[in-house]
Amino acid sequence: MNPLIEANDLLRIYETRRGLFGRTSPVRAVDGVSLAVVQGETLGIVGESGSGKSTLGRMLLGIDPAQAGEVRFSGRPMPKSGTAEWRALRAKMQLVYQDPLAALDRRLTITAQIGEPLEIHRMIPKEHRAARVAELMAAVGLRPDQAGRFPHELSGGQRQRAVIARALASRPKLLVCDEPVSALDVSIQAQVVNVLRDLQEQNGIAMVFISHDLKVVRNIADRVAVMYLGRIVEEASSDVIFQSPQHPYTKALVSSVPVPGKPLEGRMILQGEPPNPAERPSGCAFHPRCPLARDICRTSVPALRQIGSGRTAACHIVAGEAASIETLRRRA
Amino acid sequence: MASVDVTERASPGGLRGFTASLRRKMPISVAFGVFWLAAMVAIALFAGYLRPYDITAMDLTSRLSSPGAFKHWLGTDELGRDVLSRLIQSIRVSLIIAFGATILSAVFGTTLGFAAARFRGMVEHLVLVLADFQAALPFLIMSLAVLAFFGSSMMLLVCLMGFYGWERYARIARGLAISAGAQGYAAAVVQLGATPARVYLRHILPNVASTLIVSMTLTFPEIILMESGLSFLGLGVQPPETSLGNMVGFGREYLTRAPWIMLAPAAVIMLTTLSISLVGDWLRDKLDPTLR
Amino acid sequence: MIRFVLVRLLRAVITILAVVTFAFVVLRMSGDPAQVMLGPDVPQDALDAFRRTWGLDQPLWVQYLAYIKSIFTGDFGVSMRDKASALHLVLERVPATLQLTVPALILKLLIGIPAGVYAALHRQSFADRGVIMLAIMGFTIPSFVMGLVLVLVFSVLLGVLPSGGQNTWVHGILPTITMSIGGIGILARFSRSAMIEVMGQPYIRTASAKGLKWRDVIWSHALPTAAVPIVTIVGFMVGSLIAGAVVVESIFSWPGIGRLLVVSVSNRDLAVVQCILLVIAAAMVVSNLVVDLLYGWLDPRLRSHAAH
Repeated sequence: MNPLIEANDLLRIYETRRGLFGRTSPVRAVDGVSLAVVQGETLGIVGESGSGKSTLGRMLLGIDPAQAGEVRFSGRPMPKSGTAEWRALRAKMQLVYQDPLAALDRRLTITAQIGEPLEIHRMIPKEHRAARVAELMAAVGLRPDQAGRFPHELSGGQRQRAVIARALASRPKLLVCDEPVSALDVSIQAQVVNVLRDLQEQNGIAMVFISHDLKVVRNIADRVAVMYLGRIVEEASSDVIFQSPQHPYTKALVSSVPVPGKPLEGRMILQGEPPNPAERPSGCAFHPRCPLARDICRTSVPALRQIGSGRTAACHIVAGEAASIETLRRRA
Repeated sequence: MASVDVTERASPGGLRGFTASLRRKMPISVAFGVFWLAAMVAIALFAGYLRPYDITAMDLTSRLSSPGAFKHWLGTDELGRDVLSRLIQSIRVSLIIAFGATILSAVFGTTLGFAAARFRGMVEHLVLVLADFQAALPFLIMSLAVLAFFGSSMMLLVCLMGFYGWERYARIARGLAISAGAQGYAAAVVQLGATPARVYLRHILPNVASTLIVSMTLTFPEIILMESGLSFLGLGVQPPETSLGNMVGFGREYLTRAPWIMLAPAAVIMLTTLSISLVGDWLRDKLDPTLR
Repeated sequence: MIRFVLVRLLRAVITILAVVTFAFVVLRMSGDPAQVMLGPDVPQDALDAFRRTWGLDQPLWVQYLAYIKSIFTGDFGVSMRDKASALHLVLERVPATLQLTVPALILKLLIGIPAGVYAALHRQSFADRGVIMLAIMGFTIPSFVMGLVLVLVFSVLLGVLPSGGQNTWVHGILPTITMSIGGIGILARFSRSAMIEVMGQPYIRTASAKGLKWRDVIWSHALPTAAVPIVTIVGFMVGSLIAGAVVVESIFSWPGIGRLLVVSVSNRDLAVVQCILLVIAAAMVVSNLVVDLLYGWLDPRLRSHAAH
């Protein structure tokens, strides 16, 4: 099956500046990321803050341009942001935001905002728009009497439902969700995730679900990619990665999620601070926090390699390179 | 009758409750300001019906007659023209200029501010340099220079005053548009595929309108003062047309013999700017608690 | 610090250039400069000669450069009325204007700032209300009304002060009061709110809580901080002083550049108007520069930033 969206070797470098005339230092927010999502599939992207996952999401949508590499949607390259072609493509790809209150215009009712994509892309004749908006509201679980409300008159969960309804109005093929539930109460999170999963399944949408929260991703993703400082360090199907994580970072993340009924023994706890993206460690970026780090991890960057059917990881030790080099050394 | 009682009870207080709550929300000085401004607007609108005489009609038998006379409530000037009639017309002219100029400068400044936010780079630098330039030269001096080069006309005067304070709107509009676009609703609407025109006119403009209106209440009295200053110097509104500053300027010649010619328009200028300041301050607190 | 000064100097030069360009553009837009400068009834060969000497037959950018060159060499053209050098006419009037603006500025600073600080330290007192009243007057009473009312009271009704002219220092009293009174109120109101804001800061409460004398708290902690915003507003006041001079000199027949400007505008004496425009712009730019540097020196954050 041809992927709906694919990314090849994406690169995005930010310049951070200290003071007005300070020297700039480059931050490699997204550094050589490749991925592909087929229709009807959900790819989870997991990582700590600063891992570049949000930037990756924006690059997939063509909001932030790639400085190297390319994004292809339905086999065609992504048009330049802001062009008429790019605007027209918005009907096919949408974004769900972390903070729904910031993403909604506080001066318009949610009906007006849910219907806005229809207006922008002139999709449905005016007289049928109201019916479509009502249908969308029902689909995300908003009551008809909430139609005339303004964003601040709704709860956080209801606002996020409105954002989802707006994103789905133009029947997109791709939905990028950037931490869609992390601003919501835990009790509401599951409901919103369920709404997203149901709608994704019913409409056969391809979804990229970005989150720092493994529990949430496990719930919704078919496949999971783990990011660390701008790179994908492990990728596998959801069941596999949670059953048997291979990369030490993934192991640490997975073991940090408590499982009911299981004792907390054998947990792997991450050492040290989350790293500063502006000062990327040499070699494997994870090595200062990695309990298994060897000499090679400090000097050479591990490539993302196939380590089983349908799964990849970027780790010298998992790939067996470290071991073989160590044995070589010992023999010498 | 019973039904009346029901409605009375349904909206407790009725009209009396409304005025009471208005009084609680609006201090006496602000209420006075609102009343005065409403009166001024009414006078400007209905000047044609309100003036007892034509502004150029001369009553040569009663020149420089003092106020309180039956025929001329506010007295007459050196040509026997009715001061009240001229005052009414002056209010109209001054308010029209001030309104026109305030709207012009708000539109001009906001447009430039949005353009700076939208295109960044060179456009933004250009707008900021223009704003610096505007701030570096006293506006009265610049206006005088322009009037010297082009001569004075009503149209030029409105356009010239329309440049007053544009840099304030430009700075505000630019700042707010940039912060709306960086994250939040504007970026979200862009992501929906909306054109820049739609983003700016339908989303950003209504969101920043209250702040812009607040700055209009600051600019409006300043424009009135600026126009009356120019007219006072004889370089603004030209006779036979009259404006508040123009009346003060000509009344100055008769300061010793007929101070009322000058005092009446001067009082109107002061009360009007005072009222706008009072109402504007109050509005500012109501609309925009972050802006002081 | 050197970089900070250099950036400000560069901005000052750009602003001067912008004003020169403005004068050039407006002059060219208002019609044929030869016609405008020489007046309507001039023979054709005089026009041609004028065009040749001013290079008006050259392309526009050459004219622009020549214009800039002539401005920076002090050649502002000749007054239409008395054929004297425009620059000479203007500079002749500068002392008279300074005789009004400098005392007015000093009055504003000496009365406005202490009154504002006093009002901030004695809130709700009689003085505090007085400051607020004065500030409202400063915002709402135009200087021409203030001047005429003062003339009405002190010259016409009481007959104690002269209403116009520049013969003795007594003649300067009413114009100086007219120019400063509104500014005093505005400056007092501003100093008051700057001071109130500073007094609310935690470090002021800390300083007084650790037993520092109240006077020392005010003088060594609160005032230096409040001085930063006050200096900014003083910078803006220089502009309003110059604008005020135009009106006040006209009311009191004071022979300064403000009055010269008004007369020249009425007569459309363009060389003089343009010269005054540039002199005022230069004065504004220099005063803004001084304020900027003062600001940089007062604000430790800017100072350390500039040191980077």
